[in-house]
Amino acid sequence: MSKMMITASINGDTTEFLAYPGDTLLDALRGTMGLTGSKQGCGSGDCGACTVMMDGQMVCSCLVLAAEAEGRSIATIESVAEGSQLHPVQRKFLEHGALQCGFCTPGFIVAAKALLDHNPNPTESETRYWLAGNLCRCTGYDKIVRAVMDAAAEMRQEHSTQRAPA
Amino acid sequence: MNAPQNKRTFRLVGTRPVRPDGIDKVTGKAVYGTDFVAAGMLHGAVLRSPHAHAHIRSVDTRKAEALAGVKAVVTGADFPSLASLEVSLGESSGNIKFISRNCMAHEKVLYEGHAVAAVAAVSPAIAEAALALIEIDYEVLPHVMDIASAMAPDAPLLHDDMFTQGVEPKPDKPSNVALRFGIGRGDPDAALAGAHVVVSGRFSALPVHQGYIEPHACVAAWNADGQAQIWASSQGAFMIRSLTASILGISQADIRVTPLEIGGGFGGKTTVYLEPVAMVLSRKSGRPVRLEMSRSEVFRATGPAPGGEMDIQMAADADGTITGVVLEFKLLGGAYPGSDTHSGAMSALAHYNIANCRVTGWDVLCNMASTAAYRAPGAPQTIFPVESCIDDLAMKLGIDPIDLRLKNAVRPGDVGLTGVTAGEIGYVECLEAAKAHPHWSAPLGANQGRGVAGGTWGNYGGPSTASVSISEDGSVLVTTGSPDIGGSRAAMAIMAAEVLQVPYEQVRVTIADTSSIGYSMLTGGSRTTFATGKAVIEACEAIVLDLRGRAAAMWSVDPAETEWRDGTVFCTAAGKDDKQLSIRKIAARANFAQGPIAAEVALNAQGFLPGYCVHICDTEVDPETGQVSVLRYTTVQDVGTAIHPDYVEGQMQGGAVQGIGWALNEGYVYDKSGRMDNPGFLDYRIPVCSDMPMIDTVMIEKPNPAHPFGVKGVGEVPIVPPLGAVANAVSRAIGMRMRHLPLTPDRIWSELQAAE
Repeated sequence: MSKMMITASINGDTTEFLAYPGDTLLDALRGTMGLTGSKQGCGSGDCGACTVMMDGQMVCSCLVLAAEAEGRSIATIESVAEGSQLHPVQRKFLEHGALQCGFCTPGFIVAAKALLDHNPNPTESETRYWLAGNLCRCTGYDKIVRAVMDAAAEMRQEHSTQRAPA
Repeated sequence: MNAPQNKRTFRLVGTRPVRPDGIDKVTGKAVYGTDFVAAGMLHGAVLRSPHAHAHIRSVDTRKAEALAGVKAVVTGADFPSLASLEVSLGESSGNIKFISRNCMAHEKVLYEGHAVAAVAAVSPAIAEAALALIEIDYEVLPHVMDIASAMAPDAPLLHDDMFTQGVEPKPDKPSNVALRFGIGRGDPDAALAGAHVVVSGRFSALPVHQGYIEPHACVAAWNADGQAQIWASSQGAFMIRSLTASILGISQADIRVTPLEIGGGFGGKTTVYLEPVAMVLSRKSGRPVRLEMSRSEVFRATGPAPGGEMDIQMAADADGTITGVVLEFKLLGGAYPGSDTHSGAMSALAHYNIANCRVTGWDVLCNMASTAAYRAPGAPQTIFPVESCIDDLAMKLGIDPIDLRLKNAVRPGDVGLTGVTAGEIGYVECLEAAKAHPHWSAPLGANQGRGVAGGTWGNYGGPSTASVSISEDGSVLVTTGSPDIGGSRAAMAIMAAEVLQVPYEQVRVTIADTSSIGYSMLTGGSRTTFATGKAVIEACEAIVLDLRGRAAAMWSVDPAETEWRDGTVFCTAAGKDDKQLSIRKIAARANFAQGPIAAEVALNAQGFLPGYCVHICDTEVDPETGQVSVLRYTTVQDVGTAIHPDYVEGQMQGGAVQGIGWALNEGYVYDKSGRMDNPGFLDYRIPVCSDMPMIDTVMIEKPNPAHPFGVKGVGEVPIVPPLGAVANAVSRAIGMRMRHLPLTPDRIWSELQAAE
């Protein structure tokens, strides 16, 4: 069994990498590319710790074959902050103490950012159902939900500030 | 420092700064067990038994060894024999033998998923392929999966040399019952016989997994000169060092364990599974070897917490005074002895002051993975029937359930079943706060019920080492050996900055490897903020004394004529009281004057106090389907002093939700051949975000006089009440006592149908 060459945009950079046909996108990200921010908690799409964006869609990278990334655009937790500027969701996770061990946190942050990109004003219930594919065993979810909703409120504020006439 | 008598005011304790390791954890930079890479590393894989119980007749690894890319294959024969462990370890060899055989079976497998061989190869795929080439001839034996069949007189035996401990006279036949343990006082039989009211029943709970999201993982490198390094995520790097050294018969100084970030543990990462195996693979191959478990391996071969059967009788007077309790529980302990019998028995009634009690626990083995600690080990299972019976009593006597608990609650000065006199504990304050909470008096709708339950856990102190050094610019470095599992770096930094009276950001915290700092017991028993925190505080106090001495010498005054304020030494001597030296100024010249500023404290922290809490739960039961929704949940806990309240609340909320999962939907399910039917997060369903409401937290701060800042352990006790609180809420919603967990829709629906 020989490896395949795959070309994809990884966090904005055109990247060529080799993968076996059976390798998952998560294997390629964590192994070949050294992007270990995406975690493997189950390998079966049940925990969401490996959540990444593929062409703007939230996916479990453990359920995507590396070969399926060909020609696509992948965004991982490593691209959520812009340089050293944290995304509001990341900042609010810290301000609310919305992580304990932190292992599920990258997946939650990618998923929460996707929610807010899609719905800037989610209700608590919408937030909870959107994040239902991400398992956290430490927090009981309370502070996570508060952090995400607080990030949404802050981002709406920023938007309205930007739109306000000078 | 004197013990706080009244609530103190602090500069930083009780504030909520961002944790020092926060940025790494929200950006994906933090290196967990599965993330570490060593140069030239091989990838390992473990072959596991497909049978619940079998003799290993033979193992043939030749085909696997011949596969291109395979660098080492190991089996039980590659580990030191049990006889040699007895020689090297003497009386303490018992546990090590079990842990060793749990890491790698030899001659016999005791559960599906028991490791029987392991491979190291140049890629994970080749390692997996090699496993398929290992030929094992099993003689399948009959298995036992439940308490009744494990205790039957003719039951197949897991260990033919195990005689029940704690039974007089010593049994003349081996059995699957590892231990009987009992405590009690008074005459409970007489209390039951003469009681105004008695409630009773048989209760049960299933084994559940700790469910940390990070699977076990490690990298080991064992060099030809005998020195080794292990990089692993666990609750204690020193625990890995000592267990691995004992199992392999080598010197502890030859193993340097570097703690990686840990992705959850809850007690389940307080032992070794992979590290000794990776070590032997490394020795054979001459290269570093990574082993990591799949989720299925985590479920089948690690954890779980024991399930159990609990028989209880509780007697009370008409005024609600509980006059007697008889509780007998049997925990399903898995493949090796050591389930939570002692702690379960000691916890069961520790939150009430009852004159006549008898608590008896049995550790019963079966062909399931060997159980591991899970957050307040043993207490949820034994307190569940107690809190259920108190709810029944409240209904029978027409007394408010919180008032009934208040009437019997343990108070400071009461003597417990273990003979210990209660210190400054806060169960009564928790009950009073729960009663005053608006949740307790909020109206309920149709098909809804409200349950309340209390709980306790003993907590721990124990040995810890901390070192504190001041760098040339006056910034502060705190080093401990306690893995940070839920924000403890922030707590250490707050406590150090509080003593030194410097800004929080001026303190940085490192968790060192086992060769870089002295011993600390593992992160468990809710001990870290208490015990390691105490070591950090005492080291910082030594630094303050040192700085005052240095300043006094410069000013030619007695150190007593100085005081420490705002990170600065002030002179109080007459005529010199304008003099002051900041930590930064002293540090700038320290190294080449009196020498570096550093202090290390190694202590065995005493004076820990147990935790108490009360949970209120509202549920709604769908009569059509039996589905339970948790509508509202409130936790009230005596937390001593909350160093970083976010992470204290986080413990309360996380523990509550784990307990709700245990009550409602978690549990090990086995097929007829003893194979686990649900070894994945799809079928073993832990609570998800959409299952839960917000978890309201009320922190009662009743300081512990034995800790400089009043700290009590907070991490474990929150998992104790939910089993009772949820079951009481559901029982009240449907008007029937629910005694068997989990309260799945099918179970409730069947009960509803049977009642019609």
